[in-house]
Amino acid sequence: MVGDIKDHHYTYSGDYWLPPAASTGADGPDMLFRAVLGLSAFFFFGVTGAIIYLVVKYRHRPGHKAEPSPAHNDALEITWTVIPTIICVILFVYGWRSYLSNVTIPEPRAENVVYVEAQKWSWNFRYYNGLEDNALHAPVNQPMKLVMTSKDVLHSFFVPVFRVKQDVVPRRYSYAWFYPTKPGIYRIYCTEYCGTDHSQMKTKIVVHETGDYERYLSEAYAKKRQLSGAPLGANVFTKKGCVGCHSIDGTPKIGPTWKGSYGADVSLEGGGTVKVDEAYIRSSILNPQGQLHKGYPPSMPLTPLSDKEIEGVIAYIQSLK
Amino acid sequence: MSSDTVTKTEPNYFEVSRGLKSWLFTLDHKRIGLMYLFGILGALLLGGAFALLVRIELFTPGETIVGKDWYNKFFTLHGAVMVFLVIIPGIPAALGNMILPIQLGAPDVAFPRLNLASFYLWCAGATLLLVAVALGGIDTGWTFYTPYSLETKTAVIPAVCGAFVLGFSSIFTGLNFLVTIHKFRPQQMGWFQMPLNLWALYATAIMQVLATPVLGITLLLLFLERFMHIGIFDPNMGGDPVLFQHFFWFYSHPAVYIMILPAMGVVSELITTFSRKPLFGYRFVAYSSLSLALLSFLVWGHHMFVSGQSKLANMVFSALTFSVAIPSAIKVFNWTSTLYKGDIRLQTPMLYALSFLVMFTIGGLTGIFLAVLSIDVQLHDTYFVVAHFHYVMMGSTLIAFMGALHYWWPKMSGRMYPEKLGQLVAVGVFIGFNLTFLPQFVMGSRGMPRRYWDYDPEYTIFHQLSTIGAFVLGLSLFTVVCYLMWSFKYGKKAPKNPWGGTTLEWEAPTPPTLYNFPEPPELPEIYNYDDLVEDEVNGGFVRKPSTTPKDAGHGGH
Repeated sequence: MVGDIKDHHYTYSGDYWLPPAASTGADGPDMLFRAVLGLSAFFFFGVTGAIIYLVVKYRHRPGHKAEPSPAHNDALEITWTVIPTIICVILFVYGWRSYLSNVTIPEPRAENVVYVEAQKWSWNFRYYNGLEDNALHAPVNQPMKLVMTSKDVLHSFFVPVFRVKQDVVPRRYSYAWFYPTKPGIYRIYCTEYCGTDHSQMKTKIVVHETGDYERYLSEAYAKKRQLSGAPLGANVFTKKGCVGCHSIDGTPKIGPTWKGSYGADVSLEGGGTVKVDEAYIRSSILNPQGQLHKGYPPSMPLTPLSDKEIEGVIAYIQSLK
Repeated sequence: MSSDTVTKTEPNYFEVSRGLKSWLFTLDHKRIGLMYLFGILGALLLGGAFALLVRIELFTPGETIVGKDWYNKFFTLHGAVMVFLVIIPGIPAALGNMILPIQLGAPDVAFPRLNLASFYLWCAGATLLLVAVALGGIDTGWTFYTPYSLETKTAVIPAVCGAFVLGFSSIFTGLNFLVTIHKFRPQQMGWFQMPLNLWALYATAIMQVLATPVLGITLLLLFLERFMHIGIFDPNMGGDPVLFQHFFWFYSHPAVYIMILPAMGVVSELITTFSRKPLFGYRFVAYSSLSLALLSFLVWGHHMFVSGQSKLANMVFSALTFSVAIPSAIKVFNWTSTLYKGDIRLQTPMLYALSFLVMFTIGGLTGIFLAVLSIDVQLHDTYFVVAHFHYVMMGSTLIAFMGALHYWWPKMSGRMYPEKLGQLVAVGVFIGFNLTFLPQFVMGSRGMPRRYWDYDPEYTIFHQLSTIGAFVLGLSLFTVVCYLMWSFKYGKKAPKNPWGGTTLEWEAPTPPTLYNFPEPPELPEIYNYDDLVEDEVNGGFVRKPSTTPKDAGHGGH
């Protein structure tokens, strides 16, 4: 299970330039990266070497004078136009081919399709069996397809070890896929600037050994179905993105903290006060912009929760004294 | 030698009239250029201060000095100030204004009033950006991507208005330069007798006039979307947020060449002058300026390879992007070859020009990584991209601006800057710059996303090196501003031609008179250094007494 899987968060080996590769999609870009790096090193040291040599040799000093030399040389200039052109054509073709193979999505089995919803500043992954989680799970050595959308602004899904990146756009589906080759836990970043907590919008992907993926999903789903009351609320808090903007320890974030909020009187944007009770919590979830807590931006997205989950959240908030 | 006696009697452009009003209402391109220059140096210090605040915050993971919202404002303001107020107008509006008419032997630009208007539009745009700062700043990034820029509560409207107005300032300058080069070029100066600096300013002006209106349209649409909800970019109203990116980069990619082409122009001048050799392959360099100007309109989609753009579009934009590499490579090879058999003087402007060559090479080569489609997927929106465009926009353009500033400073101010200090600082700039941005390539390819307030611990060492470099760089650039201001008053008096340049501005008195030349100048043979000898007494260079400039027997014009 997840416990045995090595956490690669901090064990960054790879080579100097690139993080370790954990998917088949890394092969093409990594090979090209090294090729371009080699070419760049060649041209860079060639040009700087020539500059240093010429500057030292022809530096101004007593008795030294500029000597006449041709002001142009068509053969030479055509040569150094044609050679870079050939190199560029080759690089373009290889880059295009490896890109194409990396974005041509094989149709995976239904279990390996995950719906992804990005919102400020969390990720929500919905699996075939109805489980929702803020971490991405995937089986090793099988293609995995993501169907992604955003609830608010642009985000971008980036897994450095897979060499996968795709912008996530509101009201539109975009797709990503990968074929993991090594079990482990890896990082997911948001790479399209999305406001205050952009740098906190990260999560992990767990690549399971063969067979463990399905087992994990069904166990997690069963476990969650058994939950009710405050434990379910705590689960919703982390898994559905509430944690992005609310705290449970009293620190104010983008939204008010949940700690000690039950029973408190809050002043509303536009005047008036309201007591935080079951009804206020429920209406804040179902209609986030309805009664705004004064001093907080109207940035809470609508997050569909079942009645049982709403009751869980109420119980959880009540428990945070 | 009659011009020398005239020089002594005719007042230079500082002396010709005095008082604040004589500057605020001046139509003299040199005074306008100088006012631009001071404005731009002020903006450079402001943008630099924001950069240092960003780098201090990133010295450690988590909070170092400020919270997330302030950090987001700092990098946005750094980008907006540097792009719109410093780098785009830097070389054309400040130094180009000063030098372009003199290099043509003309008394002024074609439309002096439009020129002054362009300066006041710059001031208005700068003021609006400052209003945005005063209202609490803006946090969208300088790119104003929708839909975030539609919903953030920060001061988007004044900043957008500022960029809109600055666009007009840029268009006015471009228009002025196009007409001036066409109409004020002396009869004996064919297109291929033009200094390469003028070729570059010409190519830049074409882009300023053709591309900037698109920025205006885009920002106007953003403005309307925020105020009137017209539903063009807002996905909740059926709009398309990605369309904004197309519009934005349709201007902002050519804008990169608005920034870099003038830099290439001045570097061409610096390398030939300080090597005492004509530029190798003049025509190739001139044509590559024009081809870069043309190609720059066709590559905007390479900013959007992972935006959801179609695969076909990605293929086309990748291919076109590679085509930009070729004229750039040609220029680097030509500049390097110019050094061959020269008599190379490593004065401050040349040190900046050589720095430019090295850093532009790095900036260009790392652009190849980003043009390769499958590599770009990994590198897009990481620090690799940040480092790449800083090598081009700062390592190349700003460094060339520094070189040009030192090169023409004696002509425009009439004073020499302290040479030894200048050389020392140029080396400091080179070291500081590379220390700042080389580590960013590594952390970027290892996956560090840009615009992050917080980062994972394995990136710490790269961020810390980068912050240290930024301080070396900041301190060096600040020193430049200080000693230039000092030399304005206390510097040694500059000779007419301190570097032995062959273009027309070195035939004008130092500082030039109101209409630049007391009498119509004779056209020297461009890039012919044989007729110039060092003046042992006064410093600088003078023409050999036996050889007056070749003027093919014309009687003035």
